[in-house]
Amino acid sequence: MFLTISTTGSPQRPATDLGFLLHKHPEKAQAFSTSYGTAHVLYPEADAERCTAALLLEVDAVALVRRGKGKGRGGAPDGALAQYVNDRPYAASSLLAVALSGVFSSAMRGVCAARPELPARPRPLHVEVPALPARGGPGLVRRLFEPLGWTVTAEPVALDAEFPGWGDSRYVRLVLEAETLTLAEALRHLYVLLPVLDDAKHYWVSPDEVDKLLRAGEGWLPGHPEHKLITSRYLSRRWSLTRQAMERLELVRLAEADDSDVEEIDNAVAAETESEERPTPLAVRRREAILTVLRASGAARVLDLGCGQGQLVQALLKDPSFTEIVGVDVSMRALAIASRRLKLDRMGERQAARVRLLQGSLTYTDKRLGGYDAAVLSEVIEHLDPPRLPALEYAVFGAARPRTVLVTTPNVEYNVRWETLPAGHVRHGDHRFEWTRGEFRAWAAEVAERHRYTVEVVPVGPDDPEVGPPTQMAVFTTGAVKEAKAA
Amino acid sequence: MTATAVTPRPRGRALPVTDLSLVVLVGASGSGKSTFARRHFKPTEVVSSDFCRGLVADDENDQSASRDAFDVLHYIAGKRLAAGRRTVVDATNVQQDGRRQLIELARKHDVLPIAIVLDVPEAVCAERNATRVDRADMPRRVIQRHTRELRRSLRHLEREGFRKVHVLRGAEEVEHATVVTEKRFNDLTHLAGPFDVIGDVHGCAAELEALLGKLGYVDGRHPEGRTAVFVGDLVDRGPDSPGVLRRVMAMVKAGDALCVPGNHENKFGRHLRGRKVQHTHGLAETVEQMDGESEEFRAEVREFIDGLVSHYVLDGGRLVVCHAGLPEKYHGRTSGRVRSHALYGDTTGETDEFGLPVRYPWAEDYRGRAAVVYGHTPVPEATWLNNTICLDTGAVFGGKLTALRWPERELVDVPAERVWYEPARPLRTEAPGGHEGRPLDLADVHGRRFVETRHHGRISIREENAAAALEVMSRFAIDPRLLPYLPPTMAPTATSHLDGYLEHPAEAFAQYARDGVARVVCEEKHMGSRAVALVCRDADVAARRFGAAGGETGSLYTRTGRPFFDDASVTEEVLGRLRTAVTEAGLWDELATDWLLLDAELMPWSLKAAGLLRSQYAAVGAASGAVLPGALAALEGAAARGVDVGDLLGRQRERADSAAAFTDAYRRYCWTTDGLDGVHLAPFQILAVQGRSLAALPHDEQLALIDRAVEHDTTGLLRTTRRLYVDTADPESVRAGVDWWLEMTGRGGEGMVVKPVGALVHDEKGRPVQPGVKCRGREYLRIVYGPEYTRPENLARLRDRFLGHKRSLALREYALGLEALDRLAGGEPLWRVHEPVFAVLALESEPVDPRL
Repeated sequence: MFLTISTTGSPQRPATDLGFLLHKHPEKAQAFSTSYGTAHVLYPEADAERCTAALLLEVDAVALVRRGKGKGRGGAPDGALAQYVNDRPYAASSLLAVALSGVFSSAMRGVCAARPELPARPRPLHVEVPALPARGGPGLVRRLFEPLGWTVTAEPVALDAEFPGWGDSRYVRLVLEAETLTLAEALRHLYVLLPVLDDAKHYWVSPDEVDKLLRAGEGWLPGHPEHKLITSRYLSRRWSLTRQAMERLELVRLAEADDSDVEEIDNAVAAETESEERPTPLAVRRREAILTVLRASGAARVLDLGCGQGQLVQALLKDPSFTEIVGVDVSMRALAIASRRLKLDRMGERQAARVRLLQGSLTYTDKRLGGYDAAVLSEVIEHLDPPRLPALEYAVFGAARPRTVLVTTPNVEYNVRWETLPAGHVRHGDHRFEWTRGEFRAWAAEVAERHRYTVEVVPVGPDDPEVGPPTQMAVFTTGAVKEAKAA
Repeated sequence: MTATAVTPRPRGRALPVTDLSLVVLVGASGSGKSTFARRHFKPTEVVSSDFCRGLVADDENDQSASRDAFDVLHYIAGKRLAAGRRTVVDATNVQQDGRRQLIELARKHDVLPIAIVLDVPEAVCAERNATRVDRADMPRRVIQRHTRELRRSLRHLEREGFRKVHVLRGAEEVEHATVVTEKRFNDLTHLAGPFDVIGDVHGCAAELEALLGKLGYVDGRHPEGRTAVFVGDLVDRGPDSPGVLRRVMAMVKAGDALCVPGNHENKFGRHLRGRKVQHTHGLAETVEQMDGESEEFRAEVREFIDGLVSHYVLDGGRLVVCHAGLPEKYHGRTSGRVRSHALYGDTTGETDEFGLPVRYPWAEDYRGRAAVVYGHTPVPEATWLNNTICLDTGAVFGGKLTALRWPERELVDVPAERVWYEPARPLRTEAPGGHEGRPLDLADVHGRRFVETRHHGRISIREENAAAALEVMSRFAIDPRLLPYLPPTMAPTATSHLDGYLEHPAEAFAQYARDGVARVVCEEKHMGSRAVALVCRDADVAARRFGAAGGETGSLYTRTGRPFFDDASVTEEVLGRLRTAVTEAGLWDELATDWLLLDAELMPWSLKAAGLLRSQYAAVGAASGAVLPGALAALEGAAARGVDVGDLLGRQRERADSAAAFTDAYRRYCWTTDGLDGVHLAPFQILAVQGRSLAALPHDEQLALIDRAVEHDTTGLLRTTRRLYVDTADPESVRAGVDWWLEMTGRGGEGMVVKPVGALVHDEKGRPVQPGVKCRGREYLRIVYGPEYTRPENLARLRDRFLGHKRSLALREYALGLEALDRLAGGEPLWRVHEPVFAVLALESEPVDPRL
């Protein structure tokens, strides 16, 4: 990985002052060992008019993989680092930022013992990063650097010239130019923003990372229009990293066995978990609608089938009329998050006795699910391929057979009312289908007929006169309940 | 006479005790129960309350610990009974409450409770206790109370529920009694048949005669000594119930048949005994037909019906016959509810639209190893479900009378002459026997499990691996009915120490030579994606044999069971082309099958691995291509200014060359496709066909069959697999193999797989050898170990790789794959096929170096 920093000058203010600023002599090539390989500093050009310093980091890809050797998949703390085929030796990632701060530490602090007056003076700067991984693309690169006074050129790099259909890679060729910045500012910008743009989950964030960010961001980060994004990306990796190390490895291996990206398989929990922390009004309305029907049905023992991260379980727990609540999901990741959300390990015994979380699958019958008053399948069926629906249907309505079953699913007709949703797109990447009101009613009626339930479909959310509600809910009831009511 | 005179006649009483029962000894302290138990039962059969008191309280005589001690005793006895082991309870058991709990325990486990009472005079008991240190200070009144309670109990024991009560009076009788173990009535495991199990006859005498004739019986006797087994419901509804009874009773009496009772016999029997029963469901017809029969015949029928045993366990436990089906935990058990289940089956408590009880689909839950053959529920066709089959094909309703030949498992039937009786509801494959998409049960796959395999014993699956497999299987895989196999992983050849190589075929040949494998086949690796294809002759076969519900003619899936193509019509197009080639090559008839399961490689790699290519392989190419020219220019600039850059420039040039070689390497496996244009499928093994696993068919024969299909493909889809046979003991042949590999990988080929020609080969210790090892090309390995892996310092470190786990994993997954194929070929129930398939997926999530 590689970047260059150039400056121009005059005989009065020679460009070679860059050597003093960086603390590296322009006539020498120097090597520094870092934890990921050897960093080299050298000057391809150095005269009064123009001086360029190049930082070249020779990453030892084999050492990178074998660093954390031990149990697990080669020992490395996450998926990307565990691969020998790794862009780290080439791309300007977080590793380059670490090298930058190590090799140019006094320059970054703005200290120059030999020429103390130099660091405070802005000078014309030209920074080139030929392969910058930039999640968010050239647009984000500009949004991050332009407010800091840089003139930005960011060109996307094609993935493979022989396969134009593959499109652009995640790398951009970045050129930054400025007249009004000091070198220390420039280095601190790079130190923070390179990993922010990289945004990969392969950077070991140490506990003092917050302090480092505050120090490096001093004077520019608080006023930056994107400071929220910068902070959250810079710090969020730590969380995802530990989570990955703890929970994802079995699925990582299955993805690898099938030549797939792990994201294709380990996607039961949406990446943007924050949106779930502040539920959208629709999710709240859906839960309210479900709770209303459950209360009216007189259910005390309730299954939440496909409980995900446990929002509905949490809501059910607040109502003491639900004496036993069982959350079931196939994703161990989702269950772990649900368990944390519910604080199961710290819950009082009496409360804890009311709730259980189980791994289960609705494509298999499951004896543990028999004998409940009600089951909720909220936004679940659309995550199953249509050929697998009969299995779910039998497992729930034929085998578990609770008295009441609630099924909610999106109404695809409503999608046109969603301004942010491109035409023809489903609402969630993992939705295998989205049904119209007619399709849902037809399915619900068939299921009810086959399994001797009665069914009623009710709207959830604003019932648009033209396209109907955003969510549709089917309420299935066994004959037994009807007879009991009649009696 | 003198000879017999020296043998004393056994003076004691012989007490019959059933082989599976709960034997409750009853007697006061000191009556000699422990001695009796020790003398007549195995030590492990006896659970004593004293011992349990000692367990929980460190003191066998601590009466305050009695409650806990009996909890432990009941727990141990329960575990033994659940496992089908006779258990003897050595406690005083003189109080009714204590006995009641034991009777409940026996009923819970459906075994007979038997009481053996040791009624020994109080004085004797007291005397014996006095000689024992630990009981010497036991007050006399305790023994007096025991004796009093015992006396009070004696008359009630049978009413309490004991099915046998043996009372031994006095020390003498206790001393000389012997215990005789009796088999249960239902235990006919010693009879091996062969059998012809015959479904519900319901008075259809003519159809019964026709069927017996078709089965080869001559006047109720089979010339080859076969035994007929009737599943009950001989009577009611049909035209000649007395005729049927006459025939069956004669056969049973002559030892040519066995018969279990149906619910109709049960009701008819009560009628014959003079009980008031409703003359519904066809009983009126039987009663009327019996009016013409003699009183003698009526008495014989009554006796016959009274003597029927509700179910039989036959043929070494492999076959269970009863009227209405029986869950495994009731096999060979003896209780009221076992009899009731055998006669009436289980119901859900609901009634259907015809007012008839809804039957509980017990067969769907059935996971037993014994085949259960039964009747009771009329169905249009007799079909196996989870190793159970219902033979009631509604002869009396105008259907047919069906028999099952055992152990052949062949169905034989004759059509009804007419509709003798109108059914209350139309015949339909509702509960047992149906094939309508009922899912598997989670208990068959979830949690820590052991899978029994023929070739590798028990293979254990860890809980976390099963959990991951469950997620992938549930969310991404295709219907398990169309997923009868997942391919095992394959180990690479041992690491090579040849200069510049990490893998080299010399190691593979040497390894097989050491394993005693003389002939191996080298098959080129295609560098596509692994694909398994299930090809049926038509949609009808797919529906009938595999239960495909959506009109598909098979499946095409990846190594984690995901559909290869999102678009089902593309899958069908591939299957269609395969089918045509197989048909043209004449393989259906030659292999006597109407479906094939194929292991194959689908190309190009870029078709499925597009995501990975973009995020990883092409990305590395793009990054290196963007950065290295600039870095080289900078170094050259510095060097031109006279700066000493050392060997850094040389290393960066080398790095640039490696990166270019890496890009070339992955590009070879990528090309653009349009629909199926540019898509190729290279089958390399036919895994299974109808009734047969071909996993042990030698690879030369395999490839010859496949070549013929490839030749007959006119669409360009199918590709052959190039191969070379090598004799591992012949240096010349080995050299030719190495050269072949060098030539192929030199042109950019992925490499090859070396397999024993004999396919399923065992070493001298009888363990299967690796079914294949891969030797990957030097350039190809850049995709695995990174662009610069060939640098000497990198190779040196990479050679330190551990193959043991991968090799063990490959063998375990191979054994599971073989097991799935054997179970599939044997027509075993879906859950049995799914079990090893699921296990392969679970093992794939075990921690092993992913680059191997």
